[in-house]
Amino acid sequence: MMEQIVLALENVDIRFGDVHAVKNATLQIRKGEIFALVGESGSGKSTIGRAIVGINPCAAGRILYHGQPVGRGREMKRKIQMVFQDPAASLNERSTVEQIICEGLRNFHLYKSDGERRQKVERIMEEVGLLPEHLSRYPHEFSGGQRQRIGIARAMIMEPELVVADEPISALDVSVRAQVLNLMKRFQREHGTSFLFIAHDLSVVRYVADRIGVICKGRIVEVAEAEELFRHPLHPYTRSLLSAVPIPDPILERQKVLLTYDPSIHRSAEGVLTDIGHNHQVYGSPEEVQAYHAHRDRGEPLPDTLYPKPQPDNKKPSRPKSGWKFGKRV
Amino acid sequence: MDDRVILSARNLEVGFRVRGQTLTALRGVDLELYYGETLAIVGESGSGKSVLTKTFAGMLESNGRIQKGQILFDGQDLATLRRNRDWADIRGSKIATVFQDPMTSLNPILTIGRQLMDPIRAHQGCSRAEARRRALEMMEKVGIPNPERRFNDYPFQYSGGMRQRIVIAIALCCRPQILICDEPTTALDVTIQAQILGLIRQLQQELGYSILFITHDLGVVANVADRVAVLYAGQVVELGTAEDIFYDPRHPYTWALLSSLPQLAGRDRPLYSIPGAPPSLYRSIQGDAFAPRSEYRIKIDTLLSPPVFPVSDTHWARTWLLDPRCPSVEPPEQVKNLHSILLSGEERE
Repeated sequence: MMEQIVLALENVDIRFGDVHAVKNATLQIRKGEIFALVGESGSGKSTIGRAIVGINPCAAGRILYHGQPVGRGREMKRKIQMVFQDPAASLNERSTVEQIICEGLRNFHLYKSDGERRQKVERIMEEVGLLPEHLSRYPHEFSGGQRQRIGIARAMIMEPELVVADEPISALDVSVRAQVLNLMKRFQREHGTSFLFIAHDLSVVRYVADRIGVICKGRIVEVAEAEELFRHPLHPYTRSLLSAVPIPDPILERQKVLLTYDPSIHRSAEGVLTDIGHNHQVYGSPEEVQAYHAHRDRGEPLPDTLYPKPQPDNKKPSRPKSGWKFGKRV
Repeated sequence: MDDRVILSARNLEVGFRVRGQTLTALRGVDLELYYGETLAIVGESGSGKSVLTKTFAGMLESNGRIQKGQILFDGQDLATLRRNRDWADIRGSKIATVFQDPMTSLNPILTIGRQLMDPIRAHQGCSRAEARRRALEMMEKVGIPNPERRFNDYPFQYSGGMRQRIVIAIALCCRPQILICDEPTTALDVTIQAQILGLIRQLQQELGYSILFITHDLGVVANVADRVAVLYAGQVVELGTAEDIFYDPRHPYTWALLSSLPQLAGRDRPLYSIPGAPPSLYRSIQGDAFAPRSEYRIKIDTLLSPPVFPVSDTHWARTWLLDPRCPSVEPPEQVKNLHSILLSGEERE
């Protein structure tokens, strides 16, 4: 893959009054990749997404799109699009689907004739799996999954280079989720679109993302390729997050040990996001980073302080194998 | 956990009047809940999961009605209760519910303490001081640090996880025999979710209630469930122990649900999604409700609704595939290999 960088955050700080929502965030999104930003609610992941499309201003640092600060120039507004979490709230109830999808085209005069506009709209409708007769309908007439497709069509018709997708599937049903994820992956494959996929569901992220960034309390603590992150999580917060994801397998889920992350284990509050090879970056003080490095490369054990603590065991005792009778049903 | 039945639904049918038409949300549900067990109910949205819990808690919307069947609990048939007054002795005291969103299930303008004391005083008729004592005890049980100090706080002063703990405390303060959990962790972060699930389990061991746990997250099912009921279009299509359902599923719909797990998908292949949409429940359904979406359908599926076929004494499924006359069909590869795929996915370093 060409390692062309589409979007770069350089030491970005975002504040809301006294709240320091994003602290010194640095990351790059490459051309044609799906970069997932994962964190808990309040971690600042959506704030970063909104800063990229220019909704939240940065207190410090820069967000560069192909080397140019974002927010300058109309072209950039077209090239960076957003898909929102709640498809019910992000579509105008009073507009038809056609109006919703065409709005960007109109604003940017992206068609020469009405015929061309119609053609573009119909093509995108087909790509996201909606029918031409849906164009004259209103958002409330659609199911959640269909509405999210309208949201995606609205973003994709602009032929963006980068799409910020803020939890696009959290509000959807399991099987509908699959359709939306497949759609994203198809746009990535066929159009080379880059995605910033903001999520809290790690199991989905592993499947969909090329690289993953983990964010904790406004701080990006670890960035790595998806498999690398799942096989070799280094930062204690990442480990605790991974341990909390439920595994759809009763035996494995029962054996699993929950880890808790206690930020006070770090001796110094200050650190840097440092590359330790394997395309893997982790945040920490110089000593911590050295320990992570030695651990990843040579399998040296991490110092005890960098291990998250197992939570007290409150597992169920294993259940009796039989004892329920259904004889009378048959 | 023992094998006595605490709640049993027999051929339960629930319908809603919508604009002159009847939507049959539950089409003959047979279900038994045992003492001290956790029964998980899984299915897509619209499968009737929430209607089922509302029926058991006597909280059906005014246009909803139990059309047929029985709900046997505590020596009476809950399906015959029509008036709110009859439900008052049961709802909240013997059968309690925890809902998905703790912000909307708590009253924003009443203190936490007041919201805990109200049901205690209403159901147990004790003094203010006694109610306060029990409320504080309950707050302590669900892991609220400094209950005395947080007693007079309002819901907005609590974090999401703490709010859900309070909702659980309210549900449990009258020591119910059945706790209905309707997606109690869907709105929470994974780390908080793990804590809340642990709390529900730990208190179950201590207080001994039975749990009816509604969720669409199969990971959560694996965490909490002793037994699992798979619901589709208002019917239980498969029921078994958690092991039965995850390691030996028999119904094509269960196969489809398991197949759509992203953990089972290879990165280079599209994620499996169940084709089509659930059937409309306004009309009666002929044959197997899942047949139009199933790649395993056989002719009889379109004609006749399948009966219950036993697999073992803990496991049954409602599919013609289990009929001895049906040619034998294997589940999809990744479902058969679920355990080994997930095991390799969990390997670290």
